[in-house]
Parts: sequence; structure tokens; C-alpha cells
Amino acid sequence: MGAQQAGWGGRPVLVVDGSRTPFLKVRGKPGAFAACDLAVAAARPLLARQPFSATDLDEVILGCVMPGPDEANIGRVAALRLGCGERVPAWTVQRNCASGLQSIDCAAQNIASGRSGLVLAGGVESMSHAPVLYNHAMVNWLAALSRARSPGAKLRAIAGLRPGHLKPVIALLRGLTDPVVGLSMGQTAEILAHRFGITREQMDAFALRSHQRLDAGHRAGHLDEIEVLYDSRGNFYDHDDGLRADSSMEQLAKLRPVFDRPDGNVTAGNSAQVTDGAAWVLLASEDTVARYELPVIGRLIDSQWAGLDPAQMGLGPTYAMAPLLMRQGFDSTDIDFWEINEAFAAQVLACLAAWQDAGFCQTELGRDTPFTPIDESRLNVDGGGVSIGHPVGASGARIVLHLLHVLEREQAHRGVASLCIGGGQGGALLVERTTG
Amino acid sequence: MTDTDNHFRAETDSDNIVWLHFDRAGSGTNTFSTEALHELDRQLQSIATQCPRGLVILSDKPNGFIAGADIESFTRIETEQQALDFLRLGQSVFNRLAAYTLPTVALIHGFCMGGGTELALACRYRVTRDDPATRLALPEVRLGIHPGWGGSARLTPLVGGLKAMDLMLTGRSLAGRQAKRIGLVDSVVPERHLRAAARRLILEAPAPARPGWLDRLSNSFIARPLLATVMRRQVAKRAPQEHYPAPYALIDIWRQHANDTGAMLEAEAQSVARLINDPTARNLVHVFFLQEQLKGLGRDSDYRPEHVHVVGAGTMGGDIASWCALRGFRVTLQDQSPERIAPAMQRAHALFRRKLKQPREITAAMDRLLPDHKGLGVARADIIIEAIFEDADVKRGLYRELEPRMKTDAILATNTSSIPLEELTEALARPGQLVGLHFFNPVAKMQLVEVVNGASTTAEVSAQAMAFTRQIDRLPLPVTSTPGFLVNRILMPYLMEAVTLESEGVAPGLIDRAATGFGMPMGPVELADSVGLDICLHVAKVLASHFNAEIPERLQQLVDVGRLGRKSGRGFYEYRKGKAVKPKVSGSDAQLEEISDRLMLRLLNEAVSCVREQVVGSNDLLDAGMIFGTGFAPFRGGPMHHIQSTGAGALQARLQQCTSRYGERFTPDPGWDSLFDTQGG
Repeated sequence: MGAQQAGWGGRPVLVVDGSRTPFLKVRGKPGAFAACDLAVAAARPLLARQPFSATDLDEVILGCVMPGPDEANIGRVAALRLGCGERVPAWTVQRNCASGLQSIDCAAQNIASGRSGLVLAGGVESMSHAPVLYNHAMVNWLAALSRARSPGAKLRAIAGLRPGHLKPVIALLRGLTDPVVGLSMGQTAEILAHRFGITREQMDAFALRSHQRLDAGHRAGHLDEIEVLYDSRGNFYDHDDGLRADSSMEQLAKLRPVFDRPDGNVTAGNSAQVTDGAAWVLLASEDTVARYELPVIGRLIDSQWAGLDPAQMGLGPTYAMAPLLMRQGFDSTDIDFWEINEAFAAQVLACLAAWQDAGFCQTELGRDTPFTPIDESRLNVDGGGVSIGHPVGASGARIVLHLLHVLEREQAHRGVASLCIGGGQGGALLVERTTG
Repeated sequence: MTDTDNHFRAETDSDNIVWLHFDRAGSGTNTFSTEALHELDRQLQSIATQCPRGLVILSDKPNGFIAGADIESFTRIETEQQALDFLRLGQSVFNRLAAYTLPTVALIHGFCMGGGTELALACRYRVTRDDPATRLALPEVRLGIHPGWGGSARLTPLVGGLKAMDLMLTGRSLAGRQAKRIGLVDSVVPERHLRAAARRLILEAPAPARPGWLDRLSNSFIARPLLATVMRRQVAKRAPQEHYPAPYALIDIWRQHANDTGAMLEAEAQSVARLINDPTARNLVHVFFLQEQLKGLGRDSDYRPEHVHVVGAGTMGGDIASWCALRGFRVTLQDQSPERIAPAMQRAHALFRRKLKQPREITAAMDRLLPDHKGLGVARADIIIEAIFEDADVKRGLYRELEPRMKTDAILATNTSSIPLEELTEALARPGQLVGLHFFNPVAKMQLVEVVNGASTTAEVSAQAMAFTRQIDRLPLPVTSTPGFLVNRILMPYLMEAVTLESEGVAPGLIDRAATGFGMPMGPVELADSVGLDICLHVAKVLASHFNAEIPERLQQLVDVGRLGRKSGRGFYEYRKGKAVKPKVSGSDAQLEEISDRLMLRLLNEAVSCVREQVVGSNDLLDAGMIFGTGFAPFRGGPMHHIQSTGAGALQARLQQCTSRYGERFTPDPGWDSLFDTQGG
């Protein structure tokens, strides 16, 4: 069964190429690369191997949740550093954990409508570089100090400093906490685990499998979308360094819960790793592909965004994938491979449970029959966020790119990439390999 | 007069400010010749009679303000009196300007050197453009003289003795902002505000800048003797007095006359008049023109490459790549694996940090340099530089791989230091595109690049290679594709003689002292250690196989036991933290002279041999190659210049003496005979 017209209407949207950096685990202090460095490092070799020049791009779109203070409109900064030239417009999108998918969706829209013919779209996050801020009391104290004129007033202002003023605001932690319902992302995963009866063992087993799959993928050379990163100290990085090939159920079982202490089940071991990384895909219209004689690795068919209770944001993929498949008349069996971002093992397992739950499908997704269960051997076949890491802005672009590589490798036809999104949303994208 | 108003043009604006434009006729660069000085003098006299609100002096040349005195005119000065006349002329014109009661501004963009800076110092205010191209300097010491048109007399009171002397003794240049920080410049503004800033200074006429109390104190009669001693000691580290008298003369003038402008002006003129006829100054001027000659070699081609691909990320390849990126090229750096490229990226970052300082510019330079272990850059590069290890087979294999992927008009350059190009071209379908670009280590410091022309290299490619060399701010020296090319070939007998001396039991420290005494920047033993004894041995073997020379056994022995020089911690010397440990040595003057003779005679003999074989186009080019490629005593003007001034006949006779005493290796090259003929002894 062939797909119907692209979800964006208008012209077909083709994927030409893509690349990403290795995802580097955050080790407590700012890593070697700021977000823009990562974005540039991933795209430079990608552009260097194209038959066109960087200045031939029609636009650059980059997803990023938390750019650094020197990275306002990080998309434009990256484009200029990549040598795209002054004339190539560039912009930045933010939809939390799906920012990298949002950029691809925007690019697809512009290609379908005919506004763009050749777009570099991707996502980036340097979570290790997330800002640490002064708190409000400190800012007020600084303001008072700068207003004070006379020496006496200055002295009084200085005397107003309290130890509490020095407590920093960790932007990363704030960013991973829902400001509306006041829950950390990990707590939303605990809620889902409770709701769907997912045990600690199930979570840990899922996490272990993620690491084993990534390890196998690395060994088999299935992650050739990774471009080597070089820092200024003579080091290079050519693989996802959060991988624990030697992990075991025993080791995972030893870890303490980090979000609901002491009785919860979500641990650092069965959650996505906090990492730095960037991923890009190169999208083109049919005539651009013909003009430069570009290879085509796949086409984007349709996308879907969905909203849900922020306290259960991890179910986002079910809410987004259901209408996407139903619109095309597909069931799970029509999809060859799946990439569902592993924010938390519990969260992916909850999605799988909900997907085949008659009650959930009826009340929440408006289906009389539940979906066929997703074949886990076709889901995240080379690991996911738990083992690879989840640099929030980058993951969306990573899973789309990797899904296309998996389809190619397996000579398969159709795939779905989906993510849950902090704040209570889900996003999903349907892709096909052209030869199918 | 025929030359009236050729070079200067005065305009008066609605504020009654005179704008005096310097636009030297018949030249792209403003310099002071005698006639230009006369004309400036007439202009200044006539402006004084107009009683304007103020005077602004500016340049109409896009490249800069004033490059200084016309150095060409130095070469026409033959007597001390002629020199004195030229110096007094400049002083009288600048004194007239300095004596103006109306406010005067020097409006400076681009370079402002020597006499240009001295003119600016005679103005009440100085305004510079805020950009990297604007540099101010008093670089006279580099020509063996020191400022003589009031430079030292006016700079020392303006910024204090310490800062002023530092500038004049090193000859280093300052950007506008640095110049403002020390008080040399009053205002540093972007191009768009240059004229407004000059006008503001004239209309507001603020009190001229004064140095801080500490800087004033450095000029006091109490501080001067002490500071002068310190300065002499520091200068002596870089330039011994017997070879470079100018800085010492300048220190003496300052110590005796600071705070007395009149006396200092007179002393300046007298001293420069003496120095300018000294062989050191004459030879340094000769070297200056040699440099200009090399710079000119890049001008025959309008070649504008954009992308450089370097294969081989070792010390040379990596440093060539980062240097090209520093100079604005897009560069891809290829090697077999990321671990081979990573150290080069680290060195590149260190280079950019040192040279560029601004984080934004460092990032931009890093962004221009793409580590490329897959060789993606080959297909896009305009010029490919191969810098892999010295093995003709491997190089040929690489070329066979590269050539089909290269653009058809791309240049293939090899950084080989010893393999003749003819051995490499057989792998190529387009042998005309192969040229040698032989860089010297360290790339960021050594200005020379030997442009090696093989039998098949086309004239166009050769010209393009020289143009490219200039674009990366290096000096191209065209040489034939003979073993060792020029520099290594001439250097090798000198290094081998040092090894022989050492194996005869002469202390390495003594050998090095004899060479530095001659004026070499580093002794041969330490040089061999820094190059690496294994590399020396390799090059020596290549040369020996072609020129039937002998290699001292000692070298092979050291390499065999792993004493490879600085990199292994031990060679001839021992190294602690990268520095040679040199035991104290003593030797008589006669002994030092004997050592120096043996070293230098072998070097000079090989130079004569290269001239005879026409490895380079002229004696001048040979001199330039040895000075910019090895640092050969610049005050001697280069090996051929040295032979000429010492007398070829005497040197040849000395070689013959050495032949009977030390062996065949001193046999005078047949080329001496023709030198003998042309110079008549």
C-alpha cells in the first residue's frame, strides 16, 4: 500500500543525506563543545561531501532548547560559521525535546510549498553548557548596589548580601521541570510506570537491551552517520561515550531512584543520559535533486503533533502516532521500523502498553480496536536515548536520520520516528524509502 | 622646479582647516625621498602663511600612511656627509612642523613606519584607524640604524623612556589600540569617524597627551644609567654589539641626552650618519631588498586559490594546514585516521590563540580548518599539498589515488625535502601540475618556501605556486629539482663538519659558540639536535648518494642508540624540559676561529657549487634563501655577499689549506675559479 499525498501538500520532500556528532555524556562540568561548535562540526563534513556549495542552500533550520548566551538564533550563527554566506537565511525552532523534529517538519513544509528547494535542518543541544543563573534576590541586590551613589549607601547595599543570594539557578534542572504541573520529567515517568504497572525489572531490562543494541550497532558499523569530533586539546571523539557495553541487570538494580526518592523506580540507569550532541538532515525537492544529481535516501510522508496532560507527557508518541497512522489507513504491521525516543525506559514501555490497550485506544485515541502490538525487534534497533543519550534539541533529527539508515540497511520500506515532549506533547513523522 | 606639487595636495575646508594629502607620484606607497621632503617643506611654509585653524596630514594611498624614508635612496649615500645632509633635511622639515603653534593632526591608516611615524610624532595629535591593517612602528634597527628624523627625541618624552626604547630597540609594530594604550596615539576610531576625530581634535585643541609619572621618571637622569644597563643586557641576548651596533648607539644617545630635545636630535643625526655607512647597515639594507625581490616573485600570476587540501597531518603537514587557515584559506587536512589528525588540531588551536587572540577570530580560523580523514577535500581543492613521509613509492601511490579525483587545474604540491620531482611525476597523467613547496620547520616562524621546479612543472604552475606562497605571507624561492634543493644542500656540509668536529673531541658548546660568533642564529650542533639526528642522517644519506660525500660515523652511532636529539631528550646535548643543557666550555680565540672557518668554509664551498649548477637564478636569490631559510647571519648579507666582501681568492686559498690539513671534503668547488675570474681576486 503506497502512501497518499505528503502531509504538507504540494511537492514531495526528499532526504538526501545526514550526519551527527557522537553524543557525549555530560560529566558534571561544561564539555569541550558549545552547542554551535557541535552543530558546525556535524555539518561541515556533510556539506564537504556534497556536489553543491554551502551557499546554494535555501535555508538552515536548527532546533535547540537552550542555546548559550552567545548563541542567540543559533541556526544563523551555525549557518554563517558553516560558510553558507550572508545570503542564506537561517532560523531556530524550539519545541522542547522535539526541537530537532520540529526543524525537519518546518523544512518539509517549506519544500512542499515550493518556498525552498534545499534545506539543512537539524537539532543541537549542549546540555553541559546550560547556563547557571543568578537568582532573583541576587539580581535585585546587584541592581541596588549599582543604584547606590554615596559611599554610605554603597556600604548599606553591600551589607544587604545574604548567603541565600549565592544559590544559583541551574537552568538545566529548571528546563527539565514542567513549570505548569511542577513535576520533573522523571516524575512524569514514575506516574506512567504506576499507571501501566511497569516494574523496575522491566525498566532495567529495557535499559540493558538499549545498551546491548547500541554496542552491537557500533561493532557492526551501523552508526556510520557519526562524524568525528575534534577538540582543541588533541582529543577526538568518534563514538557515543555513554555506552556501557558491560552493564548488567545486577548493576542496574543497584542504582537508587533519582526523582521519587526513596520509593520510585526511575533511576539514572533506566533514563536517557544527559548528553551533548548535534544531528542534521539535508532535505531537497525533486528538481533540486535532479539539478545536482543528488542521491535520495528517503522521503518524508507526513507528520503529526499532539497535546496531552503534561503530567503524563511520556505518552506523547501514542497520541501523535495514532492519528498519523490512522490517516493513512495503517496499522502497526504496515510499519517496518520504529524509532521512539527513549526519554525513560518506563515511558517507552508505557507507550507500548497503551498502544495495545483496548481501553486506552478507545477513550484516548478514538479507536474501536487497539493497535497491533509494536514488534520490539523493530523498535530502536541500534539503541536509543538510554544508551546513546538525549541531547534534547538534537534527538528528533537523530532518530529521523537513523531510521532512514535502518530502512536502507534492512532494505525495508516504511518507518515512524516519534518523541515525547516535555510540557505534554508528542510528535511523529512517517518516512519511506523511495524504492518501496 | 620640475617636481613642484607632485606629491602633496593641500585643501582648505569650511572650518579653515588645511588637509594636506600625501600622494607620492609614480608609486603605490608613500615614502620620503629628498624631493618629497623638499616639497613637504614648501607646503608647510606656505600653509603657515595662511594662518589656518589647524592642519591635518593624511595619505591618499589605500595601503597606508607613510612607509618611511625611501630605502632606495639609502643605497645612493656614499659618504657620512651625504648621510648627514639627508638626515638634517628630514629633521628641519619635521622641526618646522613641530614648531607650528596651530594644532596639527596625523591621520593614520594602514602602515605607518619609520619616517612616517617620525612625521606623526612631529604633529601635536595622532589619530589612527581602528583595524588590524593599521600598524605603527620605528623599525630602523632592522636596517642597522635607528630613528634619525627626531623619532627618538620626540617619542621618549611622549611615552616615557622605557616604552619608547622598547619600540625602537625591537622595531616591533603596534596596532592603533596598543599605540593608544602607551600614549603614542590620541584617538583610535573606525574608518567612518576618522575625519570627524581629526576635526574634533583641531577644533577642541585639548592639551597634548603626557606620560604618567612612572614613564616620566624613566627618562630622569637618575633612572637612565640603570635602565640603559638593563637594556644593553637585553639587546645583547639577541644582537651582539660587534655585529649590530645600532641599538647600542641608540641606548647611549638616550642615556646621555634624554630630556634635551635639541641635543638628542643632533646626536641622532650624527649617529645614524655614521651607522648608515657601516657594513652592517649596508648588508641589512641589501637583505631588505632581497626580501622585496622575493615578494615580487609572487606578482606574475593572478592566481586566487580558495581551498587548500593538505595530505599528511604530521608536524609539517599539520602546521602548513593551520598556517594556511590562519591566512584565510579554507583548508582540509587529511591523514589516515582521526588520531593522526587530532594533535595537529591542537597545535592549530594554539597557533590561532597566539596569533589571533580574539576568541571570535580563533573560532573562525578553526572553522576554516576541516579535519578530513576521509579525504573529502581532494575533489574541491585548488591546491593540494602533500606532506607525507619521505618515500617515493608511497608518494607515487598517493598521487595515483589523488589525481583522478582532483580538479583538472588544481596544483599538486609536494613538501618533499629531498626527493627530486622527476622521480614522482611518473605516477601522474598531468605531470605539469606537480611542483615542490618546501616549507621549513617551524612553519609559523620560517619565512622561506622553496618553490621546486621539476623538469615537467609548467611555467604557469610555478608562477601560481609562487603567488600562493605570497598569499600565505611566505617568501617564495624558485629552485631546481636537484637533491636537497638549495637550503638543505648548503646546510648539510656545515652540519656534517660540526659532527666531525664533535667526534674529534671538540665540545659541542664550543662548536656552537664559534658559529653564533660568526652570526648564525643557532649553532650547528643544537640545530642538528632540534631537527632530529635521524632526519639529519636521512637527508645526509640522500645527499651523499648524489654528491659522493662522506657522513661522519658518529651520526649513525647516535641514531643507532636512540639519541635522536631534542625529541628523544638526548642527542649531542642532553635536554631538560626541551632545553639543551650546555656545560661551560672555554676555547682560545684562535681555536674558535679555526672551528668557525671549518664550518663556514664548507657551507660557502657548497654555496659556490650551487651557484655553478644554477640551483637558483642568482647570487642574490641564494643569499635570500640562506637568510630567510636558515637565518644565516643577516648582517653579512648572505653567503655570496660574504664571499664577495671577504674576497673569493682568500677564501679559496683557505679552502686549499684545509684540504691538505683536513681532507678532500674541503676541495674548492670548480665554481670558485669563475668567481675568481669575474671578481679579479
